[in-house]
Amino acid sequence: MKTTIKLLVLIISGSMIFTACKNKGGGPAPTVYYQQQDQVGRPAINTVFNVSTADKEAFNITVPSAMQAAFQAKFQARLLALNAGYTTNALGLDAPTFTTVLSNDVLGVSTTGKTTFFDGTNVLTGRALDDDVIHTELLLIFGGTKGTDNPGLTDDNVPANDVAFSTTFPYEAMPH
Amino acid sequence: MKRKKIVFLAIVAMAVVSGGIIYASDHIDAPSVTNQTTDITDLYVFQGANTNDLVFVGNTQGLLTPATTGAAKFDPKTLIQFNIDVNNDNIEDLVIQCIYDAASNTMKVYGPIKPTAPGLVSKLEGSVTASVGITPYGASAPIVTTKNGISVFAGPRDDPFFFDLDQYHAVLAGTASGFRNPGVDAFAGTNVMSVVVELPKSMIGGTGSVNVWLTTKKAM
Repeated sequence: MKTTIKLLVLIISGSMIFTACKNKGGGPAPTVYYQQQDQVGRPAINTVFNVSTADKEAFNITVPSAMQAAFQAKFQARLLALNAGYTTNALGLDAPTFTTVLSNDVLGVSTTGKTTFFDGTNVLTGRALDDDVIHTELLLIFGGTKGTDNPGLTDDNVPANDVAFSTTFPYEAMPH
Repeated sequence: MKRKKIVFLAIVAMAVVSGGIIYASDHIDAPSVTNQTTDITDLYVFQGANTNDLVFVGNTQGLLTPATTGAAKFDPKTLIQFNIDVNNDNIEDLVIQCIYDAASNTMKVYGPIKPTAPGLVSKLEGSVTASVGITPYGASAPIVTTKNGISVFAGPRDDPFFFDLDQYHAVLAGTASGFRNPGVDAFAGTNVMSVVVELPKSMIGGTGSVNVWLTTKKAM
């Protein structure tokens, strides 16, 4: 009797393993879906214009087409809190217009010409590795119409990366 | 002068610094992505050395040091996705998706391709268009693969971002009222995990200008 039971257990478990092995190889793998965690368009926008942790978190998982409705008014309030004297900037944008641009956090990229965040002539046509984006953004927030207001705040005086970039792919420098 | 200081302190208060931990994205970001493989530091998009090409650079996992870079890895559960809007409605018309495959230690690139559905949830679209072995830390030259007109790199790189973040700290501490000159780059000597994809502009299309944003997404 004991032997019969042992034998039965062996047969059953063996067939279960066999079945499991059969199922492992069969059928397509289920589709993997990925849920958004973080997002960046232009540099430092979330840092500078969103204050609360809740807003920072929300900004990271708001699709760009919904950002303006959710964040433009907050950005405008923040801009004026940063610089109560803001009227316009070197691009000629008043507070509502500037923050409308900023709250649509996407990086504009030219497909026909020079790509740069700002080089004095070209504006928001891309972002090159050596663009001084911090200086540009500080200038647009604090510099006023001519870029000469608030001189202590419009430039962090770090105009370049610590190591040179390459002119060939992948362009970024070797790690330290 | 006093007003400037108040204003500046307001900025500094916004630059999220807490208990000595510096959040990274844009490079300073929200707690849920801090120190995660999903933590974006920067997006760059620019013409290639061949100006018929566009280069997409997506950097994550900032503030790596020489001591910590060797252990840094891409995450097979983290999708790094470039989103491209070609008709100026801020909805992605094309995606370039980069996902790490641990078994082969390669970064696999999908696209550029129209996503099945835009928005916060993505799945890998179509089939792999190019893949590249991960360049190990310490390699004397970057590993680059070019296929179907697409060049890809994936691995640790010098962080290309530069900013006097420490001066922000000085102002927060009340020991400075503005930026110093010359500034000191707080990101000098640090590394990031970087994906670089270069491809012909003709693969993107558009009518002279496109909008791009970088997202990281976690396998559900």
